[in-house]
Amino acid sequence: MDIFIQQLINGLTLGAVYAVVALGYTMVYGIIQLINFAHGEVVMVGAMVAYSVIGVLAPAGLPPLAVVLIATGCAIPVCMLIGYAMERAAYRPLRGAPRLAPLITAIGISIILQHVAMMIWSRNPLAFPQIIKVESYSIGGATITSVQIAIIAISILMMAGLAALVYRTKLGTAMRATAHNPQVAGLMGIDANRIIALTFVIGAALAAVAGVMVASYYGIAHYTMGSQLGLKAFCAAVLGGIGNVPGAMLGGVLLGVVEALGAGYIGDLTGNVFGSNYQDVFAFIVLIGVLVLRPSGLLGERVGDRA
Amino acid sequence: MNRIHVLVLAMVLAAASGCSDDKKAAASGKVSVVIGSVAPLTGGIAHLGKDNENGARLAIEEANAAGAKLDGKDVVFDLISFDDQADPKVGTTVAQKLVDTKVAGVVGHLNSGVTIPASAVYNGASPPIPMITGSATNPKVTEQGFKNVFRVVGRDDQQGPAIANYLAATVKPKLAAVIDDATAYGEGLANEVEKTLTAAGVKVLPRERGSDKTTDWKAVLTKVKGSSPDAVFYGGMDATGGPLLRQGRELGLKAIFSFGDGACTDNMKQLAGEASDGLLCSQAGIPPQAASKKFLDAYKKRFNIDPILYSPFTYDATNLLIEAMKKANSADPAKYLPELQKIDHAGATGRIVFDAKGDRSDAEMTIFTMKAGKLLPIAIIKSGKTVAYEDFVAQAKK
Repeated sequence: MDIFIQQLINGLTLGAVYAVVALGYTMVYGIIQLINFAHGEVVMVGAMVAYSVIGVLAPAGLPPLAVVLIATGCAIPVCMLIGYAMERAAYRPLRGAPRLAPLITAIGISIILQHVAMMIWSRNPLAFPQIIKVESYSIGGATITSVQIAIIAISILMMAGLAALVYRTKLGTAMRATAHNPQVAGLMGIDANRIIALTFVIGAALAAVAGVMVASYYGIAHYTMGSQLGLKAFCAAVLGGIGNVPGAMLGGVLLGVVEALGAGYIGDLTGNVFGSNYQDVFAFIVLIGVLVLRPSGLLGERVGDRA
Repeated sequence: MNRIHVLVLAMVLAAASGCSDDKKAAASGKVSVVIGSVAPLTGGIAHLGKDNENGARLAIEEANAAGAKLDGKDVVFDLISFDDQADPKVGTTVAQKLVDTKVAGVVGHLNSGVTIPASAVYNGASPPIPMITGSATNPKVTEQGFKNVFRVVGRDDQQGPAIANYLAATVKPKLAAVIDDATAYGEGLANEVEKTLTAAGVKVLPRERGSDKTTDWKAVLTKVKGSSPDAVFYGGMDATGGPLLRQGRELGLKAIFSFGDGACTDNMKQLAGEASDGLLCSQAGIPPQAASKKFLDAYKKRFNIDPILYSPFTYDATNLLIEAMKKANSADPAKYLPELQKIDHAGATGRIVFDAKGDRSDAEMTIFTMKAGKLLPIAIIKSGKTVAYEDFVAQAKK
């Protein structure tokens, strides 16, 4: 039983990160029906910027918590800037173009970001400094670390904040209006381009925080870390119903738990024919399953006529 | 562009120095025997390459100081040193260059990835030019069926049994978990470890696997923790091993962790943090400090620094070439190669005898432990026997 609880805790932590990253995919898709495949790289850039800032500040003798907060505070605007720049440079000029064109530029941006990161931060895996002491707590035989608690708590806070933004503020209303029908929203005095740019910027800010969380959780940062994470988060967004904000949250958490439990028990269930190295496969099995059985995702209703 | 420029310059310089040595030798009425040294002299591991070259240079200078006669004529040994940039493409180019200069023998290369393609070039020369590497540990180097290829360090596949035997003898685990990264290196090493552990009576859990990019080991480790093993072995590199070790400790896994040489690096301190304390890991060969006192003193005197890593091995490799030439009374590769195959040499790294493949029989393996962020050698394993590191060094000093 304690193993089951432990896998559940592992899965929830992972799922919280997926959920935050999935939000970035789903918000952009909801508003311009574009899958921003460069979103995973924004997560990576967030982690890398924080890595550099911590490297500079850690020896200065500031309290560790302050250093991590400043590092995150530096990563967020950098990622926001990248989010804005890529919308301006790669997606806005293609607003009226066929669907495939912005998808290809998205992949191009992703490759560019990866290689620029490789040139700046080298191709070696970087040890992400864990300057805050990690405490472990015991729950019914399973352990949960302070980092895991922080990740889950911060993710819930960010998701709640985003939900409030989308459903309670004027900006959120404008975003939903643009998503619903950009032309009519424009007639109502909404600057659609500004709203779209803001959506990218908000998604990038969430990605920056996710990058810092994931790097401090595993203690490692690498210029390719964003691509796999991005794909998983994309699966999570589809699982929840792409374009649907609560769906991305649900999809992320579910996917994390499925992965952890799957990797933990696949060996026992198949008599060790399949091992835990199939962990990464679960996300894609889920993706295929959803697309075949329920293309609109768990919470998506309106997606059918859009996809 | 720049790289090519530097390479050409290096070649010209090296060739020029080779020429001037030739003239000098001719002037003194001695026959010149040229031995090539190849290693990366630029790039990230240039310091290791220079160390390799120094080992070869020291051996050659000592041989010249002692004086040598081959076939009735006084000979002088000359070293020409090339930079292979740790790059297989450059490596084969400089190998061809050495073949064209008709060197009598080659000491190198440093990296397995460079040694394997370059060895084919030396083998393709007529007659094939003997080549001894002092640092390439990939089994494939000597598995190509080339009669002219030798190595004086251990192989990766001798490492698995070494670390597993050490684990079985000192940690005495009842139950062990073996994890790998599903690569040729990691899985191969893990298989050897599992085989040896099972033979030693240790129960081994079903194999768990990640990939060479896995950073999330929590699911795997949680499953492993459920069986509470006393020891965990991971076959893989430091980039994945570091997170594995750290996450294992975070989950409260009390087992002794052990890694192969891919994860037996100083990086473990950063990658795993405090969790790296107490890690056991293995490397092929012996640490340079364990080489003979005669070599250590001579090296320090000549170069004003301590040997870094493989120079005792390249020193021995160069001496092997020279000794085989003396035995055959010829520097002709076709004539002295048979002597090299059956050589029995007492070198700086101990006794050297080659097996049929050109591998060193009874090559040593070293077991390290990580203490306060530093890798400390604790034991040397040779022909299945484990010797405490201090005893081994004491013996070498005699």
